[in-house]
Amino acid sequence: MSNYTSPHNLQLSSLERQFVLLTQSGLPIVAQPYQYVAEQLQITEADVLAMTTDLKERGIIRRIAAVPNHYKLGYRYNGMTVWDVEDEYVSEFGQAVGRLPFVSHCYLRPRHLPQWNYNLFAMVHGKTTQEVQQYRTQIKDLLINVLQVRNDDSDHGVKLMTNDILTSTEILKKTGLRLKR
Amino acid sequence: MDKSSRHAHTELAELSLLDKRLINLLQRGLPITERPFLEIAEQLNSSEDEVLERLNHLMSSKVLTRFGPMFDAVCLGGAFTLAALAVPEDRFEEVTQHVNSFDEVAHNYRRTHDFNMWFVVGAESEAEVNQVISDIEDKTSLPVLNTPKLEEFYVQLYLPA
Repeated sequence: MSNYTSPHNLQLSSLERQFVLLTQSGLPIVAQPYQYVAEQLQITEADVLAMTTDLKERGIIRRIAAVPNHYKLGYRYNGMTVWDVEDEYVSEFGQAVGRLPFVSHCYLRPRHLPQWNYNLFAMVHGKTTQEVQQYRTQIKDLLINVLQVRNDDSDHGVKLMTNDILTSTEILKKTGLRLKR
Repeated sequence: MDKSSRHAHTELAELSLLDKRLINLLQRGLPITERPFLEIAEQLNSSEDEVLERLNHLMSSKVLTRFGPMFDAVCLGGAFTLAALAVPEDRFEEVTQHVNSFDEVAHNYRRTHDFNMWFVVGAESEAEVNQVISDIEDKTSLPVLNTPKLEEFYVQLYLPA
């Protein structure tokens, strides 16, 4: 039985903050990783499991998982696809694009006219430049489908506007984002 | 020299079928239980010891870069933005050094566009992020294109090994 009680919001309790600081660079790869955390935080393993489950339910932890090195698996190319989408439809588009398995990030961002007219950003990963280009086409087809459904029950036609892809050619810096002590 | 050379030189990992299945399963996520690797081992018809041994090997050979909780960066507090610069080719190296010198710059990529440098700035507050952006403009004498996220759409990235 666990004694852990949830703060029920996105604020971190002081114990949860300690948990984040301890685990943000990773968990040890041992049979009972939560037992290790429990020893460090001087609470029970059951409490750690309850806290972890609760953090996941609150959306603070997305999942407990491994992150592969994209390049070692052969995913050498990442393309930032950018789309100029009517603001009215951007949420629907963003949700549909986010569901594609090759999309790692999908955001609505502000335009800066005249030099930047794209508002939807979707990052894609592939093993070849051709694959990355093909993902751009797949996203485009998906958006055209969403639009067709939309246009069938609306009076005014919505067009898919311009898009572009910015392929990475060099990593200039890569460090993790960290909660500071 | 080809600008993509740094990517091309990263060695491809040699992976056994078990390694690949393990990587694929662990990207999807582990159960939150006392012995999570036991459940993973059962799904792979392997043993807990073997899974731990392979996983430690994949970490030490840097095929996996991290194992643990994936936190929502925004929930942890702090502010972030994605920003870009259109850097003249003959100043690229110098500007890279200026931008990378900030601890708040977490990622920085060269990309194919007039806006050829794209970086993420993360700090404790929005005011600090804006200060870094303005410091970068001062140091480089280039205007920064600042595109903070307005909305994030849920994603489920999965890179099969």
